[in-house]
Amino acid sequence: MTTIAATGTDLHAHDHHDADHKPGFFARWFMSTNHKDIGTLYLIFAIFAGIIGGAISGLMRLELAAPGIQYLQGWASMMAGKEASLDEAYHMWNVLITAHGLIMVFFMVMPAIIGGFGNWFVPLMIGAPDMAFPRMNNVSFWLTVVAFIMLLGSSFVPGGTGLGAGTGWTVYAPLSTSGSVGPAVDMAIFSLHLAGAASILGAINFITTIFNMRAPGMTLHKMPLFVWSVLVTAFLLLLALPVLAAAITMLLVDRNFGGAFFDAAAGGDPVLYQHLFWFFGHPEVYIMILPGFGIISQIVATFSRKPVFGYLGMAYAMVAIGVVGFVVWAHHMFTTGMSVDMKMYFTAATMVIAVPTGIKIFSWIATMWGGSVSFKTPMVWAMGFIFMFTVGGVTGVVLANGGLDDNLHDTYYVVAHFHYVLSLGAVFSLFAGFYYWFGKMSGRHLNEFLGHLHFWVFFVGVNVLFFPMHFLGNSGMPRRYPDYPEAFAYWNGVASMGYAIMGVGTLIFFVNVIWSLLAGRRAEDNYWGEGATTLEWTLTSPPPYHQFETPPVT
Amino acid sequence: MIMLKKFLVVMAAMAMPSLALAQPANPAPAPVTKEVAAPVVATPAAAAPVVAEAAAAPAAAAPKSMDGSLPGYTPMRPDYANSVGMPKAKEVDFQEQFSDNGQYAKWINNAILLPIITIISLFVLGLLLWVIVRFNRRANPVPSKTTHNTFIEVVWTLIPVLILLGIAYPSLDLLAKQFKPAPANAVTIKATGYQWYWGYTYPDHGGFEVVSNMLKEEGDVAKGERFRTENDGPKLMAADNRMVVPAGVPLRIQTTAADVIHAFAVPSLWFKLDAVPGRLNEKSLTITKPGVYFGQCSELCGARHAFMPIVVEALPPEKFAAWVKAQGGTMPGAEKPAPAAPAVAAPAAAAAPAPTTDPVAAPAAAPTK
Repeated sequence: MTTIAATGTDLHAHDHHDADHKPGFFARWFMSTNHKDIGTLYLIFAIFAGIIGGAISGLMRLELAAPGIQYLQGWASMMAGKEASLDEAYHMWNVLITAHGLIMVFFMVMPAIIGGFGNWFVPLMIGAPDMAFPRMNNVSFWLTVVAFIMLLGSSFVPGGTGLGAGTGWTVYAPLSTSGSVGPAVDMAIFSLHLAGAASILGAINFITTIFNMRAPGMTLHKMPLFVWSVLVTAFLLLLALPVLAAAITMLLVDRNFGGAFFDAAAGGDPVLYQHLFWFFGHPEVYIMILPGFGIISQIVATFSRKPVFGYLGMAYAMVAIGVVGFVVWAHHMFTTGMSVDMKMYFTAATMVIAVPTGIKIFSWIATMWGGSVSFKTPMVWAMGFIFMFTVGGVTGVVLANGGLDDNLHDTYYVVAHFHYVLSLGAVFSLFAGFYYWFGKMSGRHLNEFLGHLHFWVFFVGVNVLFFPMHFLGNSGMPRRYPDYPEAFAYWNGVASMGYAIMGVGTLIFFVNVIWSLLAGRRAEDNYWGEGATTLEWTLTSPPPYHQFETPPVT
Repeated sequence: MIMLKKFLVVMAAMAMPSLALAQPANPAPAPVTKEVAAPVVATPAAAAPVVAEAAAAPAAAAPKSMDGSLPGYTPMRPDYANSVGMPKAKEVDFQEQFSDNGQYAKWINNAILLPIITIISLFVLGLLLWVIVRFNRRANPVPSKTTHNTFIEVVWTLIPVLILLGIAYPSLDLLAKQFKPAPANAVTIKATGYQWYWGYTYPDHGGFEVVSNMLKEEGDVAKGERFRTENDGPKLMAADNRMVVPAGVPLRIQTTAADVIHAFAVPSLWFKLDAVPGRLNEKSLTITKPGVYFGQCSELCGARHAFMPIVVEALPPEKFAAWVKAQGGTMPGAEKPAPAAPAVAAPAAAAAPAPTTDPVAAPAAAPTK
């Protein structure tokens, strides 16, 4: 990004002096209107949800480590409090995959990357004292919490064959309507409504803040790329989520009020639901990754001690990804029986996205090129992100081909692809951002050695976990299967070992965080040095409770 | 949007009979044949003659056997030695393909896409490694201030575009081939997904329906009931009654479902088509070699989603005819001399959803594209 002159040191010293009065504990954390506190709440919430979502995937990898049903029936019995039948055990599997997907998307990645880092750093980076609508910000957070509780609660009420919603995170009709009797799916849908409403409010807040509260002199074309990424993401949220809300409301009508939007017997169409869902669902994947792009841009520039290469290209590549992301949705539906013209269009349109994505990858590398790169923990994560996202991106180009997707659709190849772009893409960017900003947020340094160790163990783990899934998909293993033929045993066993390695990596992370919070070295104002040029580095670590009450001049 | 509207119209016309007569969950695997009128045929006009035909063929003609054999038909043993039609342990590649389009698609992936994506990934990795070696703080203490280079930005925009165009050409060509409608004389088989088994209807051959359930292991069934043997196929992939088809002959595979969405998928034939309630999807397929080809349901359909395998057995045409006879069906044109339009086949072909103009769902009588 274009360089932004630092504000005078006396300015924030002055801020610090008279603006650091904090409310009492309850008022501060439960009735918060402070963007930094709400960001912290979001991060804590996302970590908590991530532990649950990650534990669920651990259960899944445990069951899939060897062919046969080993544990499911026991878990289902535990949930039900009585001996569970085999069918209830299979249903339990569907509940696990549904919960894992929804938790990771709506309650881990989105709250962390938008609610957490977005809330914390958008106002700081644009020199604003807070978000435009501080109370609405608080509403967004608490709606998300309630949504999460609703989703978890749905696992304990009947959902058809057994307890919980076993529809997959896509909630396809008619499995989610006539195929799932009981309140579990209704609860899951309400949960999505609340999470969606929270996100829409958040999006309105970000758009208003970014358009109206930038410091004097900071034009749109001078904003840090992270702010750009959140702006584009907010627009995607604003346009995509109402469509999801409509689709799942139609599900509710079909389920409870005799509607027939998706009931073929009464003139509806199940495929209509898929169109509506993926019109939301595809932008949703960019919602999860675009802020990650922004974080990576900040980090690469900081540690290369160079401004981002091709700033305008980077910003408008994100805009392009956002726009094109709205016209490619049906590549998730290549096998629903669409016509050849539609399939050709969606094949071609999907491949177009590779172009702006390529621009971003090459611009990051060009930023490092000729730079003076120091490989601190955030930079290591950022470089891991760039490579892993490339691998996930190119398998996306393979899947974009409608003719090839005929074989790969709904196989583990797809699972491998979207975990490479999300679990190794979005999650790597989250860790990168966490290591980058933890000192700024907490006032204490994370341990560099543990950070590097975390990276390498995690990096090896997730690759051992997800790379073999390409092979499983190639040879035909379908997704969402609790049991599989003997031939798939080898790579499933390898993948489960990868999970264990990744788990160890995650433990190192938590050790690092807890150790640093208790005994970490105090962080200076700008602990990354001359490469870190955005406004948050002109403030103390942690920043004063209220900052920029007088707008900084940029 | 026009498509959606069209779909809604089609739905209304097709769906009601199939849903109203939805099957009970997992019926006893006993009935090998049953008349087609029950769950699948949409238009009563077409159903009528078929029912008459099926009634003429005594369903009881199929005796219950422990290995799935019928008079004149013994299930083919899968080719385990070459892993034909099934996944192979430790495999990293696609299964061997037994349709022309499948071989072409596999070639596109392995000869074009896989090299391209591997090179791109290694190229990015190489650049990153070069940055680590050449531009670390010790090797390059003073950073350059370059932030723009129009030429290189144009290059890394245009080269990906050219690569994508190179991919798009064979990719769209493959799509065109896959969507080539089956010829009018193709053999029609309608696969219906139920929770949680498949039904295969043969409208050209008297309209009988073969119900196909997963075979359980010996320890999981009551004494005297049929269980899976090596002859049937790998565990979780074997079915009691297979979808038997002629090899080397164009097939018209239609899919639909009675309850929720399923997907009919056979990896070794590069074939996957959703089975959607109220819709009749159709795709052509020609299996090049006799053999047994295994697949599994590929759209989440509830508790036993993983336990409703698909088994396609492709036989030489004369053996297929013997199987049809054993099922109590008739070969098209068998009763009357050749030139006259076979009475059985005609309505059966029309059993496809009549009131549609969608080329995908349209019966073979309308080879539009």
